[in-house]
Amino acid sequence: MTSCRSKSDVQIANEAGILIVGNSNEPKGLDPHLVSGVLESNIIRAIFEGLCVEDPAKDGSSLPGVARSWKSNAEFTEWIFNLNPEARWSDGVPVTAHDFTFSFQRLLSPDPNWPAKYSEMLHFIKNAQAYNKGEIKDFGEVGVKALDDFTLKVNLRGPIPFLPEITKHYTWYPVPKHVVLKHGEMNTAFASPWTRPGNIVSNGPFKLKEWKTNHRIEVVKNPEYWDAETVSLNGIRFLPISNYYTETRMFGDDQLHVTYSIPSEFIPYAKEKYPDQIRQEPYVGIRFLRSNIRRAPFDNPKIRRAFALAIDQKAICEKILQGGQKPAYSITPPFGEYKPPKVIAFDPERARELLKEAGFETSAAFPDISILTTDSDTGRREAEALQAMWKEHLNINVRIMQREWTTYLQKQYDADFDLAAGGWIGDYLDPTTFLEMWIKDGGNNSTGWDSPRYEELLRKAENTADVPTRMGILAEAENILLEDTPVMPIYWYTTNYLLRSEVKNWHPLLLNNHPYKFVRLENN
Amino acid sequence: MLKIILSRIAQTLVVVFFLVTFTFFAIRAIPGNPFADAKATSPEEQAALEAYYGLDRPKIVQYFNYWKNIVTKGDFGDSLSMKGRKVSTLISEAFPVSLKLGFLSLLMGIGLGIPLGTIAALYHNKLPDYLAMIVAMAGICVVAFVLGPIFQVNIARPLQFLNVAGWSRSSDIILPAITLCFGVAAYLARLTRGGMLDVLSQDYIRSARAKGVKPFNVITKHALQPALMPAVTYLGPAFAAIITGSFVVENIFLVPGMGQHFVLGVTSKDYNLVLGLVLFYGILMGIANLISDLALIFMDPKLRKG
Repeated sequence: MTSCRSKSDVQIANEAGILIVGNSNEPKGLDPHLVSGVLESNIIRAIFEGLCVEDPAKDGSSLPGVARSWKSNAEFTEWIFNLNPEARWSDGVPVTAHDFTFSFQRLLSPDPNWPAKYSEMLHFIKNAQAYNKGEIKDFGEVGVKALDDFTLKVNLRGPIPFLPEITKHYTWYPVPKHVVLKHGEMNTAFASPWTRPGNIVSNGPFKLKEWKTNHRIEVVKNPEYWDAETVSLNGIRFLPISNYYTETRMFGDDQLHVTYSIPSEFIPYAKEKYPDQIRQEPYVGIRFLRSNIRRAPFDNPKIRRAFALAIDQKAICEKILQGGQKPAYSITPPFGEYKPPKVIAFDPERARELLKEAGFETSAAFPDISILTTDSDTGRREAEALQAMWKEHLNINVRIMQREWTTYLQKQYDADFDLAAGGWIGDYLDPTTFLEMWIKDGGNNSTGWDSPRYEELLRKAENTADVPTRMGILAEAENILLEDTPVMPIYWYTTNYLLRSEVKNWHPLLLNNHPYKFVRLENN
Repeated sequence: MLKIILSRIAQTLVVVFFLVTFTFFAIRAIPGNPFADAKATSPEEQAALEAYYGLDRPKIVQYFNYWKNIVTKGDFGDSLSMKGRKVSTLISEAFPVSLKLGFLSLLMGIGLGIPLGTIAALYHNKLPDYLAMIVAMAGICVVAFVLGPIFQVNIARPLQFLNVAGWSRSSDIILPAITLCFGVAAYLARLTRGGMLDVLSQDYIRSARAKGVKPFNVITKHALQPALMPAVTYLGPAFAAIITGSFVVENIFLVPGMGQHFVLGVTSKDYNLVLGLVLFYGILMGIANLISDLALIFMDPKLRKG
């Protein structure tokens, strides 16, 4: 049988220095200004680079990227980034401060035909929001300036001590002015072919080599990259494996170095079969229920609180998910210097009292309500567990309404739901990434809830430079949100994935954004 | 003959026209928003996207523009979900994959189904008949999402040279093709058995046997051709269906074919992609039916008159 034996995909890739990554799905695009998903960001982070880059082993620490060094004034409102003159686009053209100003101007464009997904990530910059909304016409008034080719000055709307952390997000990455303008106007959106293979020019450790729809995306080492000698991999292959069962089986058949996920039913099996390869790490993300406070019965905070307290979070984590998720007592998970207030915890006794106080002695009179969720298996099982808990602890029947993805989203935007399961993943390591979304008419709020006091505290935090004081103000704001309970926290996410042991320099990171430039493959 | 072909082409065009028209309005009537995203789409962004794709105009105007772009520019529009990519590009990338996989599994299905059906008919109501029909029923009942993982775990994992899933090695076609072929084989076996039983009871077969023609020749020379008529009728549409891909098989085996475009196009409300696929599928179905009609005419002289 030896003649039949051939090398596995991983063996071949190890010899070629290529990392094979399960990446869940076909990306919607690769223009950093027009996407918003995690799987797109995984590819964009490989081929582009921002001012600072992730530390491969430490959360909240930033290493030089395009910026060789940076400093701020004492108030953290003005930052100077000194760019590395060696930084080059993959076509050899130097990356300059003008590429950054061009990028910021492009993302913030007020053009009504410019469908940027994520421009609010730049609203930290002075006047950026006003320019974005068309209130000021002159981009020169926005707080970003190229002092010379390699010096970028950024003025912020308030003190932001964690700005380097934010610059690691892909919305802050430069796009190549000379290439974008070659293939279209600054704000030619999807019609511009500048991100297609053959056209795209990028400044990261890797560059795009091949992009086959629903098949694979392959990036190769970028010889023009300023720090190419640090880059150990010769390339990365991203596979759009939407079926996680297949993905786990492919891992077992030596076809992948790292998976995107593990289906929860496979976790006990994976623990036994791959004890050294399974990774279960904290991840800054929260699973919650939005309640629609515009209509009865969830217009009553006591009822919202009662429903939240009747959720046996621990049972959901341990019995259904099995992935090391933690019961969430607040929306923002605890990380860094932030200590979120402990408000929500399973307490069926108190939940029944609250229900009684709200005037529902018996459940007979309780209105007909439903929980909206997606058509996924996990969505269904979670909803069934919640349904059983509310029945057991509150004696209330809740219908499950499963809708496929786009309809599920649309129903929330249209405020046509009672309770809706959902989640949020932090974009950067600061509580505001979880708290800003609950402001009045926030696009992702959907609950109809708002509180002037809450927003006042957020604005106060925005103007507070001292970190402990600022965190205290944010915790106070979060307390208001939790006490009023428009959102019922369920659990904090973990990442569950499989990683082969020859992959080195891949450490647990809260944002799960592993900087590929430091990753090595060690052949044994 | 020419008259038949021309009338069939005309029929196909009419069918495709109504199919596209119906789909055009039906897909726009189902709930959901093609631009909905986990990160909220602001009203401005929604408006920008609708304007960009011309979805802000009245439906009837959109409808005429759709045909106008096809007829004057050969343009099937842009995908709404995979932005920046043309529907025609997506189809032309995925179709060769599905064609290759579908064609192989159809051949395997024919190779398996027709002998199975013939054997079943020859041993009518005896053990081989029952066995063959059990296999055929199983082929219809055991769906791909059960069969696929079974093959992955029990065949691909132990065998070094077979991958669990993927589309980069030449051997990657084997498991999805086997998974797909069972359904076809099962139908063909049942249709062939029925046709064969019918033919075997005809007088001319009895005459052939009485004349002393060898049993093997009775089957292959006299019985098989007319017995295959129902199977051939089925093969036309089956061919069109199988070469346009299967969502389940592609999803399990990571095949970059057309099947996933069909399903994901609908769930993501990618109007242009769905319409392009329906149009393409309609035309393919017309061609496949025409070919199977021509084959039947070739096989049965009685049909040549009509």
